Amino acid sequence: MLWQLFVTAVKALVLILALLFTFAYITWIMRRGLARFQVRLGPNRVGPAGLLQPIADAVKAIFKEDLTVARADRVLYWLAPLIAFTFALAAFAVIPVGPDGWVVANLDMGVLYVFAVSELAVYGIFLAGWASGSKYPLMGGLRSIAALVGYELALGMAILPVVLMAGSLNLQDIVAWQQTHGYFILWQFPAFLVYFVASLAEMSRTPFDFAEAEQELVAGFHTEYASMKFVSFYIAELLHWITGSALIATLFLGGWAAPFGLPQIPVLWLFLKWAIFIFLVLWIWASWFRTRYDQMIRFAWGVLLPAATVWFLITAYYVAKGGAL
Amino acid sequence: MRGPTTVEPVPGRTDELIINMGPQHPATHGVLKVVIGVEGERITRAVPHIGFLHRNHEKIEEARTYPQIITYTDRMDYVSGLQNELPFILAVEDLLGVEVPPRAKLIRTIFFELFRIASHLVWLGTGMLDLGAITPFLYTFRDREMILEITEKTAGARMLPNYFTFGGVRRDVHPDFFKDVAHFLDFFETRLPDYYALVLDSPVFQARAVGVGVLSRERAIARGASGPVIRASGVAYDVRKAEPYDAYPELEFEVPTRPEGDVFARFWVRFKEMEESVKIIRQALEKTPKTGPYKGKVPPRVKPKPGARYRAVEISRGHLGTYVVSDGSERPLRVKHRSPSFANLQLIPDLFVGARFADAIAILSSLDPVFGEVDR
Amino acid sequence: MVAVFAVVGVAIVYATLFLSRLLVGERPKTGAKLEVYESGEVTIGTTEARVDVHYYLYALLFLVFDVEAALLFPWAPAFDKLGWLGVFEVAIFVAILAAGLAYAWLRGVLKWVY
Repeated sequence: MLWQLFVTAVKALVLILALLFTFAYITWIMRRGLARFQVRLGPNRVGPAGLLQPIADAVKAIFKEDLTVARADRVLYWLAPLIAFTFALAAFAVIPVGPDGWVVANLDMGVLYVFAVSELAVYGIFLAGWASGSKYPLMGGLRSIAALVGYELALGMAILPVVLMAGSLNLQDIVAWQQTHGYFILWQFPAFLVYFVASLAEMSRTPFDFAEAEQELVAGFHTEYASMKFVSFYIAELLHWITGSALIATLFLGGWAAPFGLPQIPVLWLFLKWAIFIFLVLWIWASWFRTRYDQMIRFAWGVLLPAATVWFLITAYYVAKGGAL
Repeated sequence: MRGPTTVEPVPGRTDELIINMGPQHPATHGVLKVVIGVEGERITRAVPHIGFLHRNHEKIEEARTYPQIITYTDRMDYVSGLQNELPFILAVEDLLGVEVPPRAKLIRTIFFELFRIASHLVWLGTGMLDLGAITPFLYTFRDREMILEITEKTAGARMLPNYFTFGGVRRDVHPDFFKDVAHFLDFFETRLPDYYALVLDSPVFQARAVGVGVLSRERAIARGASGPVIRASGVAYDVRKAEPYDAYPELEFEVPTRPEGDVFARFWVRFKEMEESVKIIRQALEKTPKTGPYKGKVPPRVKPKPGARYRAVEISRGHLGTYVVSDGSERPLRVKHRSPSFANLQLIPDLFVGARFADAIAILSSLDPVFGEVDR
Repeated sequence: MVAVFAVVGVAIVYATLFLSRLLVGERPKTGAKLEVYESGEVTIGTTEARVDVHYYLYALLFLVFDVEAALLFPWAPAFDKLGWLGVFEVAIFVAILAAGLAYAWLRGVLKWVY
């Protein structure tokens, strides 16, 4: 029992450090990648090709003065980055990066868990906005709730057909199903589209990045945060991007399993599939406008949700008829 | 008509937030401060505050000799620098009775329109940035760089070249000038369709712009709006047509207008203006002789006869007029600039109230104010 | 398992916050440093106003539909055991909620009110 606990702790630590490392380098990829889209170079001074830039940023952030504004609600102000960070991190615990054993927690209701945890992360953002005692963050926080009201249902309804076909809420089972029957992106293309759009909102990326719309709300919910507390938010936000992309890759693109009968190497295949979605999000980020949050809610309720519901019923009919199972 | 000058919290009212937007705000294009009251995200009140960039231009100009003043006029609307020199120069030329050679007029017109494109490119980039698209900014600045290089080759400076002068231009154009401009036009004509496709045709952009910040024709006229702002409200007012100056009478171009008066219309009008500018420059390039006089006969000491003169030009942002009063000495008695952005900014309370917070940003960037010229 | 993961995560955040505190130390914080950021100007009025949440009708509907989703999730894996009966039951369940949504839509309550 104790041994098991120890193994889990080590796994968790390794995964978290790996995630933080990924986070650090995703900032690099983000900046270099965006620079490529924008016909400029991006950070290239610290280390070869700017590879040490994330470390320089981290050191700088640690040495920043940590300010707490006088109007802030101190307890919640401190709690908010913690909530945002922890839940953003916790979502990754159930994503399998390889066969049995290559996952921190092989939950039978993994999908529900991811769903629940990523929804909880909104509390961190909203509390940050409210507890800052400042006006721009307050508006940012409210917008993040608005985004949640919009995307969450479409997200849930888009996973349902996948669960229905795979017959399990366990992510390992979903990966296994795709290995024998083919990827869900082929079986469930409409669900994939809805899920991808909705998860753009969940990751609060363009075109749904209004919660921290720089040109409108200065920095949105984290305007009043500095130093490592700000970094916690920053990490949380990019972790949503990392986790969200990994989850799409797992749900719709076969997860860690190798395609075309190539050798199975844990981590590698998930990483490559994950990179596709990381790039897609970056691409959209570099080329699109920001929507208004009321437009996003209307779009989610008027288009995404009905589409997902109809597709869900179609899938239910198909599966009940005896197809695919 | 005077509106409210401050925004104070209403006692006992607890559902309105009063927010300072600016002067240190990413989307106020410099140093505008708008104090707005919001109910949730809807704006209930808005009062613009200006003066953060006030440099006392008009008073300083009273203490400078006429040629020295040209340098100051450059620095009003610094985004379209060269254009600002013209109204002052035209007014002084009238007072002096100087004849400008046709070739100089054409050169001035070419530069005038080049700077219109440059200015609209800056507007396009920053306007897109305000709407959350981060990439166009870099693209438009790359295109603008070509214009600045052309200017640098001929005038020696990039943004504020101090190139026009009484009777023409300061020096003849660089030998590469005609080739460079033609090359830029060819290049720019391949870029424009891309901008159309990426901006005006984008459904996300249309959702943000169509029907937002509607300015009626009457309101636009009443507030003294000019430039693309009034033309997007269906008024075909353009100084280049209304009081033609320089080589404009002999050039053919259209004044694009649109009746809607919303953010989309203002964006559309500026896009069309860039197209028209390309046409104008092409015609002017053909008409301009390769060599010839570039400056008329001007006395070495500029001392206009006593009198007053008001001349206006259509800069990128609208009607820029300069009123010069001369007492016969080397220094003007009074110089007054009528700047378009200043007048257009009066529309802020009209357009902001009732809009959403996110729309306010779109509206502001569609007005395209430059604060060097608002505050002077 | 997940708890262990969360604990390790929290520990890491605290470690970095502590490290920052350790390296930078406490400095006296006075005056403008304690002011909230509002574009470089002093805040006018209160920052604790009631906020008009225009999307509250969506939020109410959201609750209904979120519970729907929560009910559908356990149903989905057990689907093969339920067969056609399950499909019909769920179809009716979804249809009732969809009718509610359609009703709200037609009544115009979901129009952006302002």
